[in-house]
Amino acid sequence: MIQINPDLCKGCYICIEICPKSVYIISNVTNDKDIKIPFPENEKDCITCHLCELECPDQAIYVEDKK
Amino acid sequence: MMSEEKKQNFITDEEKNPYIKYFRRDRLPTIFCSGCGIGITINSFLKGLESAEMNLNNISLVSGIGCSSRVPGYLKCDSLHTTHGRAISFATGLKVGNPDLNVVVFTGDGDASAIGGNHLIHAARRNINLTIICINNNIYGMTGGQVSPTSPEGSLATTAPYGSIDTPFNLIKLVIAAGATFAGRWTTAHPLQLSKTIKNGLLNDGFSFIEVVSQCPTYYGRKNKLKTPSSMIKMFKENSINKRRADNMSEEELLGKIIVGEFVNNPRKEFSEKIENLSITESGKNTIRKSAYKI
Repeated sequence: MIQINPDLCKGCYICIEICPKSVYIISNVTNDKDIKIPFPENEKDCITCHLCELECPDQAIYVEDKK
Repeated sequence: MMSEEKKQNFITDEEKNPYIKYFRRDRLPTIFCSGCGIGITINSFLKGLESAEMNLNNISLVSGIGCSSRVPGYLKCDSLHTTHGRAISFATGLKVGNPDLNVVVFTGDGDASAIGGNHLIHAARRNINLTIICINNNIYGMTGGQVSPTSPEGSLATTAPYGSIDTPFNLIKLVIAAGATFAGRWTTAHPLQLSKTIKNGLLNDGFSFIEVVSQCPTYYGRKNKLKTPSSMIKMFKENSINKRRADNMSEEELLGKIIVGEFVNNPRKEFSEKIENLSITESGKNTIRKSAYKI
């Protein structure tokens, strides 16, 4: 499970660039700053490497380990 | 409208992110621009801190002036925001006054190498147990994009409209020549390697210098045809070469490349330990800690 905090996201899309499995896309959902929030569309491909958590400059991403 | 299924991915428990528990929650979101590399450096620092098994309660963060120097204000630990370029001088006083503290200095390229250049080389010469994390974005970001001592030759800036004509500083070579016992360089595209180097730097008993080549999409990127943060991350990935590979390459091949890795790790006697020994040999007792008065 991948969760994104819309209040903290500033829309830099580094997560889209850095993800080795291309999990994220730019969604149509916007936050109060009118920024299009990234969405984990291909979540089933996620290998829980936690790279997006580390590379998110605004601490907006949380990746839960798969059981 | 978002579907119920999508909604699930946006409901966020604030404390779930592994690094947010170290932040002062009321200060978030940070003032950094969208895509700034400072946030990535903070994450890598916190990961390095966790793997070094250190406690944030025993850490003091010191910073000078600049974008990078706002970091101590966001983390839940003792912090000191000092005058421009003098962060290392304040940190030296802090470390000598209380050698039990782990003192970490967050600084930028302008703060460390331009106005505070002299303090940097003398701290390296003394070998005082500080960990310097220098976030190098190749430009003065806070003041409007002026050319800095580390701007690459030919890069555009507000004060260099025809491209910078100076040879940039190589900060790693500078601190090694001045006597640093630990030096490493990574970019923001290598967060895992960076956290390992920060861990080694924190555990090193002596002067540790870690340079983080970071992106500034707002000023450096906009002027140098790298408008988005992701294009800058991509550029770092393509242009960085590990030290071991770079050793066998000629200077022409390395032109415009970023050499990354751990450069030096040769411990020698530390400054506050020398003061302690001096106090014992001269007066027969330890220096007084955490107090200006005799107990």
